[in-house]
Amino acid sequence: MWTRRSVFVISLFTTLALVAAACAGDDDEEAATEEFEPGALGAVEVAPGDPILIGAHQAISGDTASLGTDQVRGIELAIADRGELLGHEIELQVEDDECAAEGGTTGAQRLVAEPQLVAVVGTSCSGAAVPAAEILSDEGIAMISSSNTSPGLTSDLEGTEGENHQDNYLRTAHNDIVQGQAAANFAFEELGAQTAATIHDGDPYTQGLATAFEASFTELGGEVIVATAVNKGDTDMRPVLTEVAAANPDMVFFPIFQPEADFIVAQSNEFPELEDTNKLMGADGLLSDTFIVLPDTENMYFSGPATPTGGEYQEFVEKYNDEYGEAPIQAFHAHAYDAANMLFDTIDAVAVEEEDGTLQIDRQALLDELYATSGFEGLTGTLTCDEFGDCADPSIDVVQNGEPEATIEDVRGNVLYNFKPEE
Amino acid sequence: MTTIPAAVAPVPVTDAGGLLPARQVDLRRGVRLGLIGGTTAVFVSAIGMVEDFSGREVLDELSLGTALLLAIPLVFGYMAGRPPAQLEGFAPTRPGWRSPVAGLMAGLLTGAVVAAFVALIINVNLREYFINITPALAEDEDGPRLLLYGRSLGPGLGLMLGLNAALAAAGAALHLLATRLRRAILAGVAWVTAFALLQPFVQQVLRGIRDELQIETGPLSRFLYRGDSLRIAAAVAVALAAVGLYLWTRRPGRIPLRTQVGRLPDRPRRLALGAGLLVALLVVGILPSVLGSFLSEVLGVAGIFVLMALGLNIVVGYAGLLDLGYVAFFAVGAYITAILTSPTGGLEAGWTFWAAVPFVLLAAAAAGLLVGTPVLRMRGDYLAIVTLGFGEIARILFLSDWLAPTFGGAQGIKRIPDIVIGPFEIRGPQAFLYPLLVLILLAAYVSYALQNSRIGRAWMAMREDESVAEAVGVNIVAAKLSAFIVGAILAGLGGALFATKIGSIFPNSFDIIVSITVLVVVIAGGMASVPGVILGAVVLVGLPELLREFEDYRFLIYGTLLIFMMLRRPEGFIPSRRRAQELHEADIEQDAWVRARAEGGADGAVGSTASGG
Amino acid sequence: MKTGGPGMGRRAVQLPIIDGFLWLVRIGAIVVVVWGATQSLSSGRLSAEQWRNLVVVGITQGSVYALIALGYTMVYGVLRFINFAHGEVFMIGAMTGFFVTDALAETALWRDYVWAALAIALVCCMATSSIVAVLLERVAYRRLRGLPRLIPFITAIGASFFLQYAIAGLFGTQVNAYPNVEPLDGTLTPLGLFSIQRVHLLVIVAGLVMMAGLHLYIEKTKAGKAIRAVAEDQEIARLMGINVDRTIARVFAIGGALAGAAGLLFGLVFENVFFRTGFLPGIKAFTAAVLGGIGNIGGAVVGGLTLGSVESLGPSLVLAGYDIPAANQLKDVVAFSVLVLVLIFRPTGLLGERLGEERT
Repeated sequence: MWTRRSVFVISLFTTLALVAAACAGDDDEEAATEEFEPGALGAVEVAPGDPILIGAHQAISGDTASLGTDQVRGIELAIADRGELLGHEIELQVEDDECAAEGGTTGAQRLVAEPQLVAVVGTSCSGAAVPAAEILSDEGIAMISSSNTSPGLTSDLEGTEGENHQDNYLRTAHNDIVQGQAAANFAFEELGAQTAATIHDGDPYTQGLATAFEASFTELGGEVIVATAVNKGDTDMRPVLTEVAAANPDMVFFPIFQPEADFIVAQSNEFPELEDTNKLMGADGLLSDTFIVLPDTENMYFSGPATPTGGEYQEFVEKYNDEYGEAPIQAFHAHAYDAANMLFDTIDAVAVEEEDGTLQIDRQALLDELYATSGFEGLTGTLTCDEFGDCADPSIDVVQNGEPEATIEDVRGNVLYNFKPEE
Repeated sequence: MTTIPAAVAPVPVTDAGGLLPARQVDLRRGVRLGLIGGTTAVFVSAIGMVEDFSGREVLDELSLGTALLLAIPLVFGYMAGRPPAQLEGFAPTRPGWRSPVAGLMAGLLTGAVVAAFVALIINVNLREYFINITPALAEDEDGPRLLLYGRSLGPGLGLMLGLNAALAAAGAALHLLATRLRRAILAGVAWVTAFALLQPFVQQVLRGIRDELQIETGPLSRFLYRGDSLRIAAAVAVALAAVGLYLWTRRPGRIPLRTQVGRLPDRPRRLALGAGLLVALLVVGILPSVLGSFLSEVLGVAGIFVLMALGLNIVVGYAGLLDLGYVAFFAVGAYITAILTSPTGGLEAGWTFWAAVPFVLLAAAAAGLLVGTPVLRMRGDYLAIVTLGFGEIARILFLSDWLAPTFGGAQGIKRIPDIVIGPFEIRGPQAFLYPLLVLILLAAYVSYALQNSRIGRAWMAMREDESVAEAVGVNIVAAKLSAFIVGAILAGLGGALFATKIGSIFPNSFDIIVSITVLVVVIAGGMASVPGVILGAVVLVGLPELLREFEDYRFLIYGTLLIFMMLRRPEGFIPSRRRAQELHEADIEQDAWVRARAEGGADGAVGSTASGG
Repeated sequence: MKTGGPGMGRRAVQLPIIDGFLWLVRIGAIVVVVWGATQSLSSGRLSAEQWRNLVVVGITQGSVYALIALGYTMVYGVLRFINFAHGEVFMIGAMTGFFVTDALAETALWRDYVWAALAIALVCCMATSSIVAVLLERVAYRRLRGLPRLIPFITAIGASFFLQYAIAGLFGTQVNAYPNVEPLDGTLTPLGLFSIQRVHLLVIVAGLVMMAGLHLYIEKTKAGKAIRAVAEDQEIARLMGINVDRTIARVFAIGGALAGAAGLLFGLVFENVFFRTGFLPGIKAFTAAVLGGIGNIGGAVVGGLTLGSVESLGPSLVLAGYDIPAANQLKDVVAFSVLVLVLIFRPTGLLGERLGEERT
């Protein structure tokens, strides 16, 4: 008993001494630096004992609440794992992007009203990101989204800047173009489809994805013979399905949401041309347990960001489960976790500690360093940012709802095809 | 209190020496209100409001959820204790024991209903269907047990019943006080509520004053609030100040400021008015910086709704044409601005805002004409559904793949530039308030000018009775079309401002819900009343942004408010005098009689507003 | 309200430009429709069977609209008031249907006597919706009788939002899936002419039965006579010894019960309900009622069927002829345009207004 305690005490003192030495070493380095001069965008000054303030700008209400809530949890877990950053606590201010331009604006204004705000992880939706990035850019505040996928926010991946790219904007989510390629490659090469139909629902996300699919599929040599749309709130999809069935495509890609997709699968089995569910493909918006239990979704395909594998992710999921009492509810929690960690690492690298313990975080330096991120090891892969802020290590899975009674985890695990763009 | 003539009880025929005996506080009404109050408390608990609100402390350690539960018996007790309005031929009601007793009964019944609910949810698991009846309400041993105020079952139920009864009786007992004192106390309660709920607003304004005017407001801020919640001492201070202010401004024999200024000789009066204007300008000048970017943003959003509501007020309030698709004009304004100014929109025009404005006006007027012409011969109900249809048609066309090459379809139009006035670029929410204010003043001026013009009188005649108006020579066609066009132009300008403010527009911003919201603003604010409409927009659109706890319940509250306003106060928060007269002719006659008896102090919103001014 | 033929003639003289414009609209609409339809029919994009299916689909959807529209039209016929919240009464019926069928789906009754289980669900749906409609009338509308029409109409809009979000708050916003009803799976081919889903046939038959029943009720029973009398003139009806309040409550009860039945049928066809299920169909049914001539029971049926067919056929028939991409996205544009055009041609709808008068 005694010995064990003394071992403990000794090791504790050793650890403390080592930490003290490390800190002292740091102090020496700091002392060597010149007086801190803020750059062109200014700097955030964090007094000793004050927290480092980070914003989360996510869709946390309405129909898309689960998308944003999932990511807020990812950020919260990243903060909990980090503990303290440079001796300061990390405080999170959560704002709602309402998955719309209006919410993007209001939430961003709320965030920029805090002069101590260092950076923002968000938004959830691309439509909210457009105005939010502009407002945050005016203040020189870095913004890392973990679920925006619109190419307009970064680039077309071939060197052309997107129309809404801002120089403060980065993301850890994949670009739509990548998912479009993945779905198209799978359809064309794995399934041997020559013709396809796309259906979107007027949502910018689904329409963008349908367009990206069409571009890639055409490039591969296939033909999209029907590109059509339904409206949110529609229940009777038969007229649209008649249009699709009349063209008799080899496959139908409908990256839309519930409940409209429920009606599509339920009613498509009335059409001999579409009866075969092997022809149907959805996207990540439909990978939910309420959708895959529908009898007509058996054998359907889904494209979506690959579920990370590996022990670290399993640990993360366990923590998520312990903390929130349920398994991750959407696809982008790990991207959010990575975005937050990437941000913390960068703050760690660029922050300057003054003699009195005040932390200076230069906004320009933070942005430069974020854009220079290379080989960051996250849950979703190895992240490297390009010049337009696309940082993801994109990996898209195509999964199949293979057997009756499959759970959502089973479906996610039933990977038929994985796509990673060539470097 | 009865406001609707149809519901006035039949007058007894017995005569008692000139006047009938005074009508008494009806104890059965106390019972009924108690049951309704209890149902209300159960309802707000079952939809999750109480639990959602329990996270925010408003007064010391009192959470908003608990405050809501406590407010219910208070309000229903007050209603139960209210003596009936004086009617022609009856002696005035004297305050007496019946008021607090009615309140007590209401409170006990409210408590009893809640107790029954607690018993139910403890014994039966309803969660499978009623997802918001969570253990936090009463079951969870370690939880907050919100309905029991954190106590265990027995003491909690006792406390709950006692509090309900006491608060309801107290609310009812207010009627024993003199009218002036009672109203002063109500004003105090209102002010404390406002300070507690609007904490972010008050603190931001104090911070803004400190930063911009170099007046140290920190101590005041710390005196008022601890964290998010109002301190008890501060609440008492605010209440006393409000009561004092009320009594002082309404002291007997005081002459209203306006009358005082009016009585001044010419020169000093002009000076006084000039000084007033100067102060107003100064306030407007520093207001945006005091408010800071976020409150300015909220005000900007509310301001756009003010603009739209002023426009819809002309269509619905003045001309009586129920337009449920008003958002169509807003969308036209926004989209025309967007395609003409955005360098990447369908036309890649890249014009300045000012170059686009004439086209916005033209397009909006054309849209007004387009909607107005086919509906010329349709009556109110047909009009509603057809205009609703036009609203949907506009949204779907802007969304459609068909017109996407021009209007961007689902991806909307982005990169809409800011307004540039001479050397100034209107960037950010604070600067945006100025062009917005100018347009609102313009719209308000137009509204007033039209109200008293020939066409304004034609609209109102048409609103009363179309056939009669036509028979007396009103040109119905011109009146209807001009109402649609003026309304469309104001909404179009609102849309143009919205587009530049937000910088990117998407079709889902032009949902039917916008039309309904604007309608609610007009109705609740006061149809045909310009100040009412402005207040309505600020309260109904601005406040929910500040009170984020209410955000999830916004449409529930809108719905309730619409029903309540129509039943109790169809003329709105700040009624137009003429409109109130139309709706309450019978009450006005009543009032005239009561006033003629020189009794004064006829209680109740309708009586006082209809006769006020 | 009583602007009849002579008024129109006088106005026509007064307004040559407007009338000219409206005539242009009418002619233009006919040309657009005829040209588009010829183009798409001659293109052969859809087979004859597919066209037939679209018609069946339209009629099914139309039957649901018609059932909801009956509630709008009855209330309008009696009170001259549009109960905007009627779509929510329908939604509450559909939600009740979900709770009942979901609870029964695990029982032996569902396995062995599914029709009995459905009958139970039907009774529950009709009762719940009926009660909600009557309560609505009692609490929100009764005191507003006789006030300017705008006031009760706005109250009804408020009630619509209140009911929607109250349901969302109480039961959540998730989409609820109806259990599968085996005897309703599969298709039938009556007389070998066309194939129809069993469940669609059920909707059409149930719809027809209820509409016929309502017609008989209004025409042949004493209570129906009272309703017609109140629709004619409330004051005189009162003098004749008819309890006006009770008669009006009865109108709401019947309209609510029909909406409840429509809710269950909707659930059986589309297998999904949630708190917003009532909003769009409610607006569509309101449109259908106006289209057919509001206040007219036959008009509600005609309007519902017309609207359903227009929605399902219109985009493929007319718009596809112009090679408009994603034509079905525009089906509501087609539906509302038809409404506007019909009202330009016939300002009181296809069959005109009135509940009792003309048929007696």
